[in-house]
Amino acid sequence: MTSTPEPAAAGVASATAPRPFRVIRVRHDTGDTTTLTFEAVGGGRLPPFAAGQFNMVYVFGVGEVPMSITGDSARPDVVVHTARGVGPVSSAIARLKRGDLVGLRGPFGRGWPVDEAAGGDLVMIAGGLGLAPLRPVLYQVLANRAAFGRVSLLYGAKTPDVLLYRKELERWRSDGTVRVDISVDQAAAGWTGRVGVAASLIPRLAIDPARTVAMICGPEVMMRFTVRELERSGLAQTAIYLSMERNMKCAVGFCGHCQLGPHFICRDGPVFRADRLMTALAVREL
Amino acid sequence: METLEPLLAEHPFSRTLQARHLQVLVGCASNVRFEAGAFLFREGQAADRFYLIREGKVAIEIAAPTATLTMLTVEGGEVLGWSWLFPPYRWKFDARAIEPTRAIALDAQCLRAKCEADHDLGYDLLKQFALMVEQRLHATRLQLLNAYDVNA
Repeated sequence: MTSTPEPAAAGVASATAPRPFRVIRVRHDTGDTTTLTFEAVGGGRLPPFAAGQFNMVYVFGVGEVPMSITGDSARPDVVVHTARGVGPVSSAIARLKRGDLVGLRGPFGRGWPVDEAAGGDLVMIAGGLGLAPLRPVLYQVLANRAAFGRVSLLYGAKTPDVLLYRKELERWRSDGTVRVDISVDQAAAGWTGRVGVAASLIPRLAIDPARTVAMICGPEVMMRFTVRELERSGLAQTAIYLSMERNMKCAVGFCGHCQLGPHFICRDGPVFRADRLMTALAVREL
Repeated sequence: METLEPLLAEHPFSRTLQARHLQVLVGCASNVRFEAGAFLFREGQAADRFYLIREGKVAIEIAAPTATLTMLTVEGGEVLGWSWLFPPYRWKFDARAIEPTRAIALDAQCLRAKCEADHDLGYDLLKQFALMVEQRLHATRLQLLNAYDVNA
């Protein structure tokens, strides 16, 4: 007799059955990116989530995709996701309107080691949409700011018009609680911020390797080069964490769609310590 | 009379230069400042200086028919300009201060002559610039990758 493994997460309803949620707020961040706030149909308590975890979002009649949770873990009454329209499902999510229904299941996976970073310095490096899974970390850190040393956010994007959460970035930067450095790859002449690759900002941080934890989220190429730049600043891979994205289907480690070497991204990640992942990331076929 | 030697010595560019070569640089250096919006140089002009940026921010721009694009910004602690090293010694792009900017300007003709007379100095300087060019080339390749594209 074979036994069925326990689902990796006791989710919104269960690990594999979506529960209906209603869109209660829509905010268009950029031309193709939208941040949506959901509440459970019929109310009730939502399961707590850790910064860095994800839900599976099901658009009825279209399909289901994994989406990082981008809201505040201290607000268990709502679920927040940021969607960029890329494929059919994410485009459908990005087009949702207030009152629309979706199915959600989750939260899944392992999140960021925020508690481990407490007591020392924290460096967050985000590329493009990669800022979304880091936003819950920022909320958590800001709610307990005294527990952390220097907190820095380096954020890179292609152009200024695709920067996410601009008002929040400006607020975090202006109140001085977080060092926020933004760099874009291209800009028209009116942009007075930085132009260049975000990783080039790392030497300016004067990282203390003995008391720093780094969290990176962005495209894999960007994360590989960022890890190398952090290592040049003296940070060990054991102090660097990456959030991975792969084609997830079941989200509970059954189907193997998201497998990367020995890892199931959905179950063992999506956040991994860099030393456990860099070898696999260097293999082209994986 | 105060010299620019302390300012030069504290700039990251100078940290790995030999001390005697730093002295030579002082003889070719001047202190400059630019208001926001001022051009440090324009495409096609003689590349008769390079700059060690102390404070502020400079955009390296290229004027296209429909818009002016910023390819890179250079800030305090960084170096602006290497066209002075290579014939025909003309700037390839525009450089415009986008914040009030303070810099040390190094006279190119002065330095080229000294490098020709003292190849150790030339080698020391070229090592600094080769490292900078390598880093900028690497960064440019990453920019060209369009890595932030969700499909990249």
